[in-house]
Amino acid sequence: MAAVMSDHAHGDHHGPTGLMRWITTTNHKDIGTMYLVFSFIMFLSGGVMALTIRAELFQPGLQVVQPEFFNQLTTMHGLVMVFGAIMPAFVGFANWQIPLMIGACDMAFARMNNWSFWLLPPAATLLIGSFFVPGGATAAGWTLYAPLSVQMGMGMDMAIFAIHIMGVSSIMGAINIVVTILNMRAPGMTMMKMPLFCWTWLITAYLLIAVMPVLAGAVTMVLTDRHFGTSFFSAAGGGDPVMYQHIFWFFGHPEVYIMILPAFGIISQIIPTFARKPLFGYASMVYATASIAILSFSVWAHHMFTTGMPAVGQLFFMYATMLIAVPTGVKVFNWVATMWRGSMTFETPMLFAVGFIFVFTMGGFTGLICAIAPIDIQVQDTYYVVAHFHYVLVAGSLFALFAGAYYWLPKWTGHMPDERIGKLHFWCSIVFFNITFFPMHFLGLAGMPRRIPDYALQFADFNMLASIGAFGFGLSQLIFLAAVVKCVRGGEKAAARAWEGAEGLEWTVPSPAPHHTFEEAPVVK
Amino acid sequence: MTQTFEKYFVPEPSKYPIFGSIALLLFGSGAAMWLNGFKAGPWAFFLGIAVLVFMLFGWFGQVVHESEGGKYGRKVDRSFRWSMGWFIFSEVMFFAAFFGALFYARVLSVPWLATGDTVELLWQGFAGGWPTAGPDKPDPFTPMTAWGIPALNTLILLSSGATLTWAHHGLRHDKRSQLKLGLLVTILLGVLFLSLQIYEYRHAYAELNLRLDTGIYGSTFYLLTGFHGMHVTVGAIMLTVMLGRALAGHFTPDSHFGFEAAAWYWHFVDVVWLLLFVVVYLL
Repeated sequence: MAAVMSDHAHGDHHGPTGLMRWITTTNHKDIGTMYLVFSFIMFLSGGVMALTIRAELFQPGLQVVQPEFFNQLTTMHGLVMVFGAIMPAFVGFANWQIPLMIGACDMAFARMNNWSFWLLPPAATLLIGSFFVPGGATAAGWTLYAPLSVQMGMGMDMAIFAIHIMGVSSIMGAINIVVTILNMRAPGMTMMKMPLFCWTWLITAYLLIAVMPVLAGAVTMVLTDRHFGTSFFSAAGGGDPVMYQHIFWFFGHPEVYIMILPAFGIISQIIPTFARKPLFGYASMVYATASIAILSFSVWAHHMFTTGMPAVGQLFFMYATMLIAVPTGVKVFNWVATMWRGSMTFETPMLFAVGFIFVFTMGGFTGLICAIAPIDIQVQDTYYVVAHFHYVLVAGSLFALFAGAYYWLPKWTGHMPDERIGKLHFWCSIVFFNITFFPMHFLGLAGMPRRIPDYALQFADFNMLASIGAFGFGLSQLIFLAAVVKCVRGGEKAAARAWEGAEGLEWTVPSPAPHHTFEEAPVVK
Repeated sequence: MTQTFEKYFVPEPSKYPIFGSIALLLFGSGAAMWLNGFKAGPWAFFLGIAVLVFMLFGWFGQVVHESEGGKYGRKVDRSFRWSMGWFIFSEVMFFAAFFGALFYARVLSVPWLATGDTVELLWQGFAGGWPTAGPDKPDPFTPMTAWGIPALNTLILLSSGATLTWAHHGLRHDKRSQLKLGLLVTILLGVLFLSLQIYEYRHAYAELNLRLDTGIYGSTFYLLTGFHGMHVTVGAIMLTVMLGRALAGHFTPDSHFGFEAAAWYWHFVDVVWLLLFVVVYLL
């Protein structure tokens, strides 16, 4: 172990050093690290926007920001969190873990991998920079619905080009992941022996390849409607603003699963480790993931029940959406069955994983409620929807990311994360998360609309509670930063198999993983 | 499982990706500034394109060099095949968005505009039907007809697919002159196609009063055929590079994926045109 450490300290890394190392690197671990750091910076940026929103909503009346700026904040909070924080974070995990888990020496296209990452800072520059141009950032909501998005100022154009660049990045990243998994597996690593994290990412990558170009098409039509006189979304020219919603959500709903399937994968790695049992129903997990992905292409209009649709369409999309509860239920059942009679311990990754199951399932249930057309007509565009998707995106995707980070930090840094800090982070996060978002269900059912900077007096108490929770949740994330920094700088040395029950190829290489691993492919029996 | 393990080629650190990123940042911010009347816009935009061209030359040049240097084994070749296939699939999905828009307008939104409250209260007398510039665009225009240049273009693109396959046969049987001639003819047919497209656009603007702002018909017509034309341009550039490589003596009868990738792309562009011809021009 000591030999490995000193070996690492001296570096088996060749080529440029300093900043140029990071700019030119073709190493999947370096690139994974950059993705993770970038996404955390974007997470904090989006978080500051969220806290400004919550500060404004602390009391009724306008006190902190102007309504126009408030709209910019809700829009940019969504765009930054979806495209800047959650998606790149999962790609960071994919970069670090997939080659390690399938016994590959690197990603299939190492140079393109670098470009996939380095497209993100320019895109983020365009996106965040749009706050500072005349008219400010786009305020059309993260969905950029026409005709509002056709009317915005220059910030909208910058958002469009940012989305194009992020789309290029995502498509290249997804192709890289697909090819790596299909072509780079070690001898004996058959598809059905692959760790579930790789399976979920394979399916996610297919979703990305299929829908990111559709988003690019949608925002391109917005661009030409804005500047070149086309009439895609103008009824006067024979187009239809509702068409934008159809095209957007054809992208948007698979996008939701792009943000949650890798989370399922991470949870499916962690639960067996800390229950010290193999994953229950591995094959059914694979099939459930694939079913969710396929179904995700036929549910998009459940986002549009109130925009006008024939009743037959509403029924179809309602039932199709409810069908997704079946494979998702299979997954939750399998996780619980994995824990059943396991020798469970509750280190930080496991706490986040168990917390994930509990809170994500609540988000899943409210999703089922929103799927029912007659109810959705009542709760559309209210805080109930805000509560629902934060339960799946924060308590789902984000908690899984935290779980995965604590789980693989020993492999990345060579040190065990500090359990006390990690547990503090978990408990603060889950408590403040619920304080923030649980009251939003009541607010929504009582009729409070989303994306509004002011509200009627009867919503005051729950909003104040949610704002207090939000600031608590935001500050709790600094604990995570502290935990990671501490882990990088030192701490208890991690063994190659850092967690007692951990299985898989990534635990056969030393901790921290050397710069190059599996240059000779391992043989999997 | 004991067969000799083929070492997968992992490239050295590279400076090209960051040039690509700078290029797209300049390109995107330049376009946004240009569209909003900032003088610096076109400068940044064209500088971005210049940097992008430099990056593409350098990067692909390096790839060609590595390929000719024998660094890519069978496994890398398989990676290229998978990736090109899925890249083309992503392009299919990009076109699907625009085909979807055309379908939605023709089948759903235009008929809806001609029924119910919309036609009674808002746009009396709007009859719907296709082609249309929409209820509020009274400027009359003449729609495109299929028989004429579009049909000729269909013939040209289909023939170019055949000549490309002929070139591929030449490559596989080591008939280098057949390869070169086939590629040259394919490229010339592509250029002919593009020239006719440009002529058709000029004709539409000058005589048919069919423009980009001619309602939903003009929007879908120009964006679908325009993006297709861009793809033909890219495909022709790819084939030109392949011709240059063929002249330089690259490719062997059993290892020439660069050529095949360009050919796949060309056939994809071909298929998109057939769809376009049917749903944009013919129906």
